[in-house]
Amino acid sequence: MQTNQLVLIFCSALLLLGLLAFYVGRAKAARVRSAGGSMFAQPDQYAWFAVLSTAGPAILVGAVGAFVMLLLGADIPTFYLLAASLVVAAAGLVVGLAQVRPNFHARQAIERVIRMALASAALISIFTTFGILFSIISEAVSFFQMHSFWEFITGTTWSPGDSFLASAGRGDGEGAQFGSVPLFAGTFMITAIALFVAVPVGLLSAIYMSEYAPQKVRTVAKPVLEILAGIPTVVYGFFAAITVAPIIVNVAGFFGLEASYNNAVAPGVVMGIMIIPFISSLSDDVINSVPDTMRQGSLALGMTKGETIRDVVIPAALPGIISAALLGMSRALGETMIVVMAAGMRPNLTANPLEDMTTVTVRIVAALTGDQEFESAETLSAFALGLVLFAVTLTLNLVSVLMIRRFREKYRVNNL
Amino acid sequence: MSHSFDDISQQLRRRHRKSARLKWISMGALGLAGLFLVLFFADMLNKGLPAFQQAYINTEVNYTEEAATDARQAIAEDLVPIVSRTEIREIPKEIRNDEDLIGTSEQKWLLVNGEVDQYLKGNRNKLNEEEREAIDERVESGQVELAFNRTFFTQGDSKTSERAGILAAVVGTVMTMIVTLAISFPIGVMTAVYLEEFAPDNRLTQAIEININNLAAIPSILFGLLGLAIFINFFGVPRSSPLAGGMTLALMTLPVIIISTRAALRSVPDSIRHAAFGVGCSRWQVVRDHVLPLAMPGIMTGSIIGLAQAMGETAPLIIVGMVAFIPDVGASFTEAATVMPAQIFTWSGEPEHAFVEKTAGGILVLLAVLISLNAFAVLLRKKFERRW
Amino acid sequence: MNSQAPVMSEQDIPNVGQPYTRNDQASHELSIRVRDLNLWYGKNQALKNLNIDLFQKNVTALIGPSGCGKSTFLRCLNRMNDLIPSVRTEGLVEMDGHDVNASKMDEVALRRRVGMVFQKPNPFPKSIFENVAYAPRMHDMVSRKADQDELVEQALRDAGLWNEVKDKLQEPGTSLSGGQQQRLCIARAIAVQPDVILMDEPTSALDPISTATIEDLMDRLKEKFTIVTVTHNMQQAARVADYTAFFHLGEIIEYNDTKVMFSTPAKKKTEDYISGRYG
Repeated sequence: MQTNQLVLIFCSALLLLGLLAFYVGRAKAARVRSAGGSMFAQPDQYAWFAVLSTAGPAILVGAVGAFVMLLLGADIPTFYLLAASLVVAAAGLVVGLAQVRPNFHARQAIERVIRMALASAALISIFTTFGILFSIISEAVSFFQMHSFWEFITGTTWSPGDSFLASAGRGDGEGAQFGSVPLFAGTFMITAIALFVAVPVGLLSAIYMSEYAPQKVRTVAKPVLEILAGIPTVVYGFFAAITVAPIIVNVAGFFGLEASYNNAVAPGVVMGIMIIPFISSLSDDVINSVPDTMRQGSLALGMTKGETIRDVVIPAALPGIISAALLGMSRALGETMIVVMAAGMRPNLTANPLEDMTTVTVRIVAALTGDQEFESAETLSAFALGLVLFAVTLTLNLVSVLMIRRFREKYRVNNL
Repeated sequence: MSHSFDDISQQLRRRHRKSARLKWISMGALGLAGLFLVLFFADMLNKGLPAFQQAYINTEVNYTEEAATDARQAIAEDLVPIVSRTEIREIPKEIRNDEDLIGTSEQKWLLVNGEVDQYLKGNRNKLNEEEREAIDERVESGQVELAFNRTFFTQGDSKTSERAGILAAVVGTVMTMIVTLAISFPIGVMTAVYLEEFAPDNRLTQAIEININNLAAIPSILFGLLGLAIFINFFGVPRSSPLAGGMTLALMTLPVIIISTRAALRSVPDSIRHAAFGVGCSRWQVVRDHVLPLAMPGIMTGSIIGLAQAMGETAPLIIVGMVAFIPDVGASFTEAATVMPAQIFTWSGEPEHAFVEKTAGGILVLLAVLISLNAFAVLLRKKFERRW
Repeated sequence: MNSQAPVMSEQDIPNVGQPYTRNDQASHELSIRVRDLNLWYGKNQALKNLNIDLFQKNVTALIGPSGCGKSTFLRCLNRMNDLIPSVRTEGLVEMDGHDVNASKMDEVALRRRVGMVFQKPNPFPKSIFENVAYAPRMHDMVSRKADQDELVEQALRDAGLWNEVKDKLQEPGTSLSGGQQQRLCIARAIAVQPDVILMDEPTSALDPISTATIEDLMDRLKEKFTIVTVTHNMQQAARVADYTAFFHLGEIIEYNDTKVMFSTPAKKKTEDYISGRYG
C-alpha cells in the first residue's frame, strides 16, 4: 500500500536523522570537552538531547496532522504531512546540535522532557475515563433524540421491535418501545441473589480467617479463595448455564415449582460465588485492622469471644464491610458474561426468580452483536443503558471509597 | 454485690454455646466457599477431559478421478456416515494441491463424526441401535478407536464439532496480549513512576489517583463500548482485530499495572533514594538506576496478574467483535481473530453435546494457562521478595 | 508491724508474698494470692517465682523499669495472656478459693470478676450509654429498662463522668476527649460490678489534668473495689497506692507499704530505682 510505504520511508528517514543527531552531537560535545572546556553535562546527554529535539517535534507534527485528518476529515495528503514532519526533524536537528554548548544544561533539559512524558502517561487514565464518558454520552444523546428519556427511565416494556427496519428506511419503527424498568428489575434481582450468597459466605469466611483460623489455615485459605476471583467470567457463565441451572430446575421441580432453564437463580448464585473473594478479602483486611485493644476491652469485661466479634469487632468494622459489599454489588451489576450465558433474553418484569429475566448487560451485548445499522435505535439504546450502568457503578464505587477512607481515618486518629 | 464463680458459670454456659456456634458457622462458610471451588473444578474436569480424546477411523482413501469432484467416492460407501464430513471435504482439496495423488490410495486415520465420537464416549447421541452395533464391531476390530485429540490443538474453529480446535483462539490470544502488554505496560509503569516519584501533591494528582481506582472498578463491558465508539468507529481500527481487542483490554489492564507498580515502588525504602541523592544523582537517575531495578520483580508480578485478568476477559471483546468464526490459524494484528474466552463463548452457544465437551475442554486449556501464569507470578514474588 | 519498723536485711524474708511493712489504715482481707508464678514467652522467662498477696479495697501499684514484667503480671490476674499463643504460665493465682489458672476455671467468668482498664482509652464503637450498658445487659444483670438506666447512671457517677455526659448519652463514645474516654472505660468496667479492677498504666496517654482526675477517682473507687494499677510514674504510685510492689527483670524485688517504700526502701535496687539511678 502506498501509505504504508510512505510511513516506512518516513520512519527510516527519522531513524537516520536521529542516529545522525546522536553521533554528531556526541562528537561535538567530546570535541568541546577535549579542548579543555568544562561542560554542564556529559557528551551522551548532549547527544540524547539532540536526538530528542530531532525526533520529538517531528513525531508531534505527524501525530497532530493525523489527528486533524481524522477529526476534521481534512484531507491533507500523507506525503505532504510526512515531508513537513521531516523538515521539522531537520530543523530540530540543527537546533539540537547548536545547543551543544558548555553552558547548556542538557541533562536538565532531558529530564524536563522525561518528566513531561511521564506526566502525559498519567493523563491517559484520565483520558480513558473521559473516553468512556464521551463515547457513551454522545451515542446516548442521539438515542434520547429518538426516544424520550422519561419513557426510557419509567417505561415497563422493552421491545426494540422493528426499529432496525426504521433506520433502514423501511417500516416506521412505531412499535419499538424502550422502557428500561424490566431490564433494571432483572439486573437488581440477579444482583440481590448474588449478594445474598456472597455477603454471608464472604463475611463469615473473613471472620473465620481473621478471628479463629490458625496461621497455617489462613495462609492457605486466602489464596485459595482468591482463585474464585481469578476464574474468567465466561467460565462461570458456562458453569451457571450447563451445571447450576438444571440443578435449580430439578430442585424447584422437587418442590413442585416450575423454573425456567434461564432462571435468575443460577446466574445469581454463580455470580455470588464469584464475588465471595471480593467481600471476604476486603472484610478480612478491615477486621484485621480493628485495633486489638477493642477486642481486649470487650474480653476484659467478661464477654465471650463470639459476643466480642458480634457486638464489638463487626460494628467497628462495619464501614469497611459495607464498602466491600458495595464493591461486590458494583461488580455484580456490571457483570456480563454470566448473565449473557445463563440468564434469559426476554425482558420480564417479575418478582419470581425462577422465571427467566434479562439484564442491562445482556441487552447491551444483544444490541451490539446483531447485524443492525450502528445508527439504529436498538444499537444506540446499548449506550443509553451503558450510561445508566456507568452512573450507578461510579456512585457505588465512590461511596465505597469514601466509607473505607472514613474507616481508616477513624482508627488512625483513635489509636495513635 | 459480688457474684461467685459458680453463679457466673451457670449463666455463661448458654453464652459459650452461642459463641461456639459462631465459630462453627464461620468455619462452615469458609468450607462452603472451598466446596464450591472443588465442585467447580470437578465439574469442569468431568466435562472437559473427554474433549482431549477423539475417535478416529482407520480406512483406505482412494484418490480417484471421481473423488476430485465427489469426495464421497474416495472412501468405502458404508463409512460415509461415520467419517467426519469436513474430513471428506478435504480430499478434493488435497487432490487439487497435488495432481499426482490421482490413482493412488492410502491407509489413513480419519476423524470420525461427532455423533459417533459421543457414542464411543458414552454420551447422549443421535445414533440408532443398528448404527451403534456397526460401530461396536469396528471398535472391536480396531478400525475405530479413541485416541489423543491432536485436532483440538492444531486446528481453528469449525462448524463440525470433531474438527473444531482451539489453536486459532490461542494464537489470537497471544496476538491480543502482545498488543495489550505493549500498550499498558509502558504507560502503566510510567504513570506509576510519575505518581510515586515525581508528582506534586495537588488536586490534579489526587484526581488522577481517584480516577485510576475508579477505572479499576468500572464494569468491563463499558470498556467495550469505549473500544467500539472510539477505536473502531472513530479511529477506524479494524473490527474484530487483535489490535482493537488488545487496545481495549490495555485500557482495562492499565489500572491493575499502575496500582501494583505503585505498591512495588512504595516498598522500596526511602533510604535507598536518599543514598542515591546523596551521591549526586538527579531524580530521574535515582528512579532509573536504583528504584526501578529494585521494584522490578513487584512490577512484573503485578503485570502478569493483570495480563492473566485480561486474558480471561470476554465481554469487552464481544462488543468489539472478537467473537468471529475463525477456522484458519492466522497471525495478523489487523485481521479478524478470536481469543480463548470468546471461542469458549461461541462454542457454548452450539446446541450439540459434542460442543459442550469442546467448551469445557477449552475452559480447561484457558484455566491451565491462567493458573500457570498466576503460579509464575507467585513464584516470582517468592523468589525476589525482600524485607527491608 | 508499723511504718517505723527498721529496714530489714536482704536475707530477712518475711512470710512469702506479704509486704515487708503493713499499712495500718489499709484493709488486710485477702483478694488475690499469688504463689510461685512463672511465665514464659516462648523460651523467654518473663516472670520468675512471683509471690504476692493483694488485699481487698486497696490500691496496689506495680512499678518498675519498662520490660520488667509488671504489665505481664497484671494480665495474669485476669488471664488476658491467654490471648497470646506463645505464653505458658505455671504456679498459683488464687481468688475466692479458686485457682485462676485451673483448667476448669472459665476465663470469661474470671474476667467478669476481674475488670481491666487499658493504657489507651478503648471505648466501643457505640454510644456512651451503650458502652456502659452493654456488658451488664449481656451478663443478665439488669432485667428492666429502668434498672439499666439506673445502673448506667450509677456507673457514670462513680466514674465521675455523669455530669459531663448526661445530656449526650446517645453520642458515640469516641466523641469524648481522651480523659473522658478513659473515665468512660472505667465506668464500663465498674458497671459489671467486679471485685478487682486492673489498670494498665491508665493515665500514660492522658494530659496532667485528666491524670489528676483519674487519680482522685482511684482513691474513691477503692472503697468498693480492689485496684491493682501498673504505673510508670513513681509519683503517681506514691500519691494513689496503699501498697507498692517493685518489679525488676521479672521478679518482685520489694513489696511494701507505699509510704515506707518511698521513704526507706528495704532493698538497694529499690532505692536505686526510686532515686532515679535507672529506669
